Amino acid sequence: MTILSYLKALNRAITDEMERDPTVCVFGEDVRAAVTNVTAGLVKRFGAERVLDMPISEQAFTGVATGAALSGQRPLIEYQIPALLFLAFEQIVNQAHKFSLMTGGQTRVPVTYLVPSSGSRDGWAGQHSDHPYSLFAHVGVKTAVPATPADAYGLLVTALRDDDPVVVFAPAGAMGRREDVDPAALAPVPLGVGRIHRPGTDVTVVAVGHLVHDALEVAEELSGTISVEVFDPRTLHPFDWQGLAASLERTGRLVVVDDSNRSCGIGGEILATAAEQMRLTAPPKRVTRPDGAVLPFAEELDRALQPSRDQLRTAIQTVAKAGGFR
Amino acid sequence: MADSAALYRTVRLIRRFEERAVELVRAKQIFGGIHPCTGQEAIAAGTCAALRRDDVITSTHRGHGHVLAKGADPARMMAELAGRATGLNRGRGGSMHAADFTVGVLGANAIVGAAAPIATGAAWAARRAGSDRVALTYFGDGAVSQGVVLEAFNLAALWRAPVIFVCENNGWATTTRTADHAAGSITGRAEAFGIPAARVDGMDPEAVLAATAEAVARARGGAGPTLLECLTYRFDAHHTWEHTARPRYRTPEEVEAGRARDPLAVQGARIPVADRARIDADVEQLMDAAVRFALDAPLPDPATALDHLYADGTRVRAGAA
Repeated sequence: MTILSYLKALNRAITDEMERDPTVCVFGEDVRAAVTNVTAGLVKRFGAERVLDMPISEQAFTGVATGAALSGQRPLIEYQIPALLFLAFEQIVNQAHKFSLMTGGQTRVPVTYLVPSSGSRDGWAGQHSDHPYSLFAHVGVKTAVPATPADAYGLLVTALRDDDPVVVFAPAGAMGRREDVDPAALAPVPLGVGRIHRPGTDVTVVAVGHLVHDALEVAEELSGTISVEVFDPRTLHPFDWQGLAASLERTGRLVVVDDSNRSCGIGGEILATAAEQMRLTAPPKRVTRPDGAVLPFAEELDRALQPSRDQLRTAIQTVAKAGGFR
Repeated sequence: MADSAALYRTVRLIRRFEERAVELVRAKQIFGGIHPCTGQEAIAAGTCAALRRDDVITSTHRGHGHVLAKGADPARMMAELAGRATGLNRGRGGSMHAADFTVGVLGANAIVGAAAPIATGAAWAARRAGSDRVALTYFGDGAVSQGVVLEAFNLAALWRAPVIFVCENNGWATTTRTADHAAGSITGRAEAFGIPAARVDGMDPEAVLAATAEAVARARGGAGPTLLECLTYRFDAHHTWEHTARPRYRTPEEVEAGRARDPLAVQGARIPVADRARIDADVEQLMDAAVRFALDAPLPDPATALDHLYADGTRVRAGAA
């Protein structure tokens, strides 16, 4: 066994895939110097032809990746800031994502978009603290939000091998995680397959990304009174609806903790689907950022708008106590 | 290299294709309308005549000419416009997204300028793969103020990517004159990035061919991108909705003056009358067959509307369940 950090897991996934498949190449700003450390060592090992520093032209280099993918390459783009996805949104959503359908299946666009340190990074303020994974799930781009180092490795490898565009969000709140793993057991993780981190019988908590760790801590705190099952969907599109339904068969009670803005966030979709199609014995709850939140700078204000353990604890207790539907 | 007769044939084919397509729009056989390229055929014919089959292009919302000139089957193209299951894109793309990867058409693109970086990426990838293929990307004068086009110029120049930027300057971005939407000059934009640029008579297929051949040779030889600003005029509407909406932005005098020089006449004058008549008759037959093929082609099954959403066949939930 060895200790694997989340950051190293990302780096290792890219390295392994570049080693395995010569068409995998890396585009991004400062990727040779590896300012995020995710691409550390790549240019030395694979050369400047496969690890390209880009000018500050997010729209264009995102489009370049599409063109390269149409011509047989498998680019990975690293975006240093989650909000850069807004600049590249047209090229990802309206171009890369739509080519397969619009061409009637003539082509495929295997590009991976990696956002290390998505969400709040502590003190980076309004334009560096977004967590826009729900936007991509909404428009139908395959979206992964790994919570652990092993899942970060497995999902990034899967994204790089996938024939469609895939966005991988590596939450800032998870980037520091470390995990004892058997290196030989590191393996691709399929899209659309969730993971139960902790089994329970009273309430299912669906937690996205770094919030999985908060959910596990709260579940442990409450373990004397409430048995909490922690379900990590791992990918938001496709979503493991079957896995969620199976969990709710056991618990019948649901809380979602999601770092999206409330309205139109994935948490709302999870609640809606559970209400329409799954076994719920009490009204569900979600803990999210507020409607249309912009994270303010000061630490107290930044924290005030993110889902907290206190909010999650209260939600779990409320749902656990709530009278059943009649 | 194409001879005069072959260039004339391509111009004639595009012209008749567009005229027949407009008829089908009027007859409500084509859903949603089209952006006809009538008047601009010399650019498609001349540029594609300088390309190999394995070279690639990206096209625009006004793209029928490019797709046909690159070698797509007019019958399957017309079937695509008519939304048929046997269209180039199986009825999933239509006029603005026609693609034929078997002849290097990486798709027409409905967002102005958005394909410039895509073509640049295809060019970069071709070189990475050790090929001497080039990429050619079309856009209109309206695209020259899109940031992504200028960003693509920068990347292509930095990497000496084998890409040819072809600006079809027809004087109008929908209803706005070039002079009212683009400061400076179009060639000047490329020159600012160190990209050689030339203004070309876009009504003359042979002039376009000569300029493109030079640009292609430069790209294949590793010397990087070129911008060609091809001066042309759109004879018909921006989009067929104008045929009923009739917005007023060009005077009849301007349109008449713009139509005075017709690429069909320019190229037609270069070949013997008898050859021209024979080509016209061939094209007529081809178009009759294309329209027949399109209208006889099967409609797509609504149950397949989400097919091809993902390359790996991932299925999504229905909208009502």
